[in-house]
Amino acid sequence: MSKETLDKLVSTAAPLPIENIDTDQIIPARFLKATTREGFGDNLFRDWRYTSDDTPKADFVLNDPTYAGARILVAGKNFGMGSSREHAAWALHDYGFKVVISSFFADIFRNNALNNFVLPAQVSDAFLAEIFKAVEANPQTQITVDLVNQEIILENGLKESFAINAYKKQCLMNGYDDIDYLLSLKEEIKQYDLAHTNF
Amino acid sequence: MSQPKTLFDKIWDAHVVKAMDGGPDAVFIDRHFIHEVTSPQAFDGLRKRGIGVFNVARTTATADHNVPTKDQHLPIKEALSRHQVETLRKNCAEFGVELYDLGHPFQGIVHIIGPELGLTLPGMTIVCGDSHTSTHGALGNIAFGIGTSEVEQVLATQCILQYKPKRMRININGQLTKGVSSKDIILYIISQISASGATGYFVEYAGDTIRGLSMEARMTICNMSIEMGARGGLIAPDETTFEYIRGRRFAPQGEAFDQAVEHWRTLKTDEGAEFDVELNYKAEDIGPMITYGTNPGMGISVDSHVPNLSEIPQSELASYTKSLAYMGLEPGTELVGKPVDYVFIGSCTNARIEDLRTVADFVKGKRKAEGVEVWIVPGSVQVSNQAKAEGLDQVFLEAGFELREPGCSACLGMNEDKVPAGKYCISTSNRNFEGRQGPGARTFLASPIMAAAAAVTGKVTDVRQLV
Ligand code: SF4
Repeated sequence: MSKETLDKLVSTAAPLPIENIDTDQIIPARFLKATTREGFGDNLFRDWRYTSDDTPKADFVLNDPTYAGARILVAGKNFGMGSSREHAAWALHDYGFKVVISSFFADIFRNNALNNFVLPAQVSDAFLAEIFKAVEANPQTQITVDLVNQEIILENGLKESFAINAYKKQCLMNGYDDIDYLLSLKEEIKQYDLAHTNF
Repeated sequence: MSQPKTLFDKIWDAHVVKAMDGGPDAVFIDRHFIHEVTSPQAFDGLRKRGIGVFNVARTTATADHNVPTKDQHLPIKEALSRHQVETLRKNCAEFGVELYDLGHPFQGIVHIIGPELGLTLPGMTIVCGDSHTSTHGALGNIAFGIGTSEVEQVLATQCILQYKPKRMRININGQLTKGVSSKDIILYIISQISASGATGYFVEYAGDTIRGLSMEARMTICNMSIEMGARGGLIAPDETTFEYIRGRRFAPQGEAFDQAVEHWRTLKTDEGAEFDVELNYKAEDIGPMITYGTNPGMGISVDSHVPNLSEIPQSELASYTKSLAYMGLEPGTELVGKPVDYVFIGSCTNARIEDLRTVADFVKGKRKAEGVEVWIVPGSVQVSNQAKAEGLDQVFLEAGFELREPGCSACLGMNEDKVPAGKYCISTSNRNFEGRQGPGARTFLASPIMAAAAAVTGKVTDVRQLV
């Protein structure tokens, strides 16, 4: 399957300086009833974004026109904890985010994001604080996320590198997915399956 | 002599079909559980690729997250939920996957039916598109939750590409005090190491306290491994495990069982094997736990108080204040005596027969407090039938508790069972996130007996005063 690719992104960022944002906040369970991958962006952060009668909450960052068009979400530590729902990654992607920057990511979310061409870029607490500061000082500030060189660069020249495993980096840059690779191992897997009973 | 190995490494290494240089391992999956919420897009993916399920004998489906817990014999009322369950039916029929649908005697919460049916066995690798897959690890296997793209991977290839997590061992030794259960052990551990304290790790639980627990109590502990960020948690199998498995529907029988046990006895961490992190706790230090905040790490012994602002690190103050505001609680206050509106006894954490027995034992001859709504939702049809056979349904009825039909129910605010905004619910489930039990719902996580005590008194109660 051909998918999108990601190598370098220059964009403004939407700041969400809250720690431990769980996937129930990213997309509440009652919106998981769809059977396709599309359309989840409308309900991204639903209960933080809208009141119970569907009025947008003016003080929530995604309702603030200042941050319209941001392709980068900057969030507090331990982003994506909780439920394994990939709908969280779909919702972020569908909304238009290509990169999430945080100082820590939950494991399953990290995998889900990578599988959906959303880059979870993990930086130090100190650098995260610098990003929040830069965005607060100027919401239009451009942040460069350079996947090729694994660097995040701010307009004021500050930068920090982030880690990503080489395989996943290649997948993102080339639009390659895990199933393509696993399908190429089919014969070996069959052998294994036959040789292993269920205990 | 070969290097001493952890149990986790033994199982993992035995399942690597191919290791990629500097990349993830292709890990063979023995058992794959699927349900209606996280599978439809995966089946679509197979269709788009024009391929089938790699080995249907290794895949089992059930409907649990999105099902009503009343009138399951009738069509599901809510259109989107009905569509999702129907999509699962259609997909299972088309791809030849065994489905324990509504009305089937094996239906139930996916993590309850696996062990119950003997589908979950020691030494296996098990995945499911649900983070509480870690539950199965209680039987001594590697079990973890995955996303939908990974569900598709496993359906397509029976393998998953994964980096090996780091290893952590948590030892609990000593005697639990009266009124304290395995739920309290795990809530205590999470409160000690935080909701992200084990991210990147796979945990082995060990120590004499763990050894002394029943199989079902062990499942409660492994179930919540994910709530401290761990990929999963496991417990080395022992006689308790073998006795639990003996005679179960899909477990090996007769001679095959004896042979299996012989192999299962080798499944333990070698003396001297290295863990990246090792933690030790004393059972005596653990009281009946309750959470006060909006992640499972925000827990206290029920006789303690909600932390004062001065006890919270500066960097966490904003999140802490937001959390308490959501919960409608003040820093420094006690939870004992706080009125509750709902009591939910259910979920893959605590909806097995032993949980229901504990609750029934406690409430026998008592009645629920005025104004409190109490839902008991068994984890599976088998649990429900067993409860009825033992007359527990009568006890619940007399206590004014409502015994419902099996499903995830109020654990996740997806089906009809939701806690209204602003209301307090003491819940035996595993997550107290904002809105988890319904928009605006406020959750106190606790053990079944703590929930039962609150049901009877109408407020948060230190159960030690009642047992
Ligand atoms: S009971 Fe709750 S945690 Fe368990 S599988 Fe269902 S929704 Fe997930």
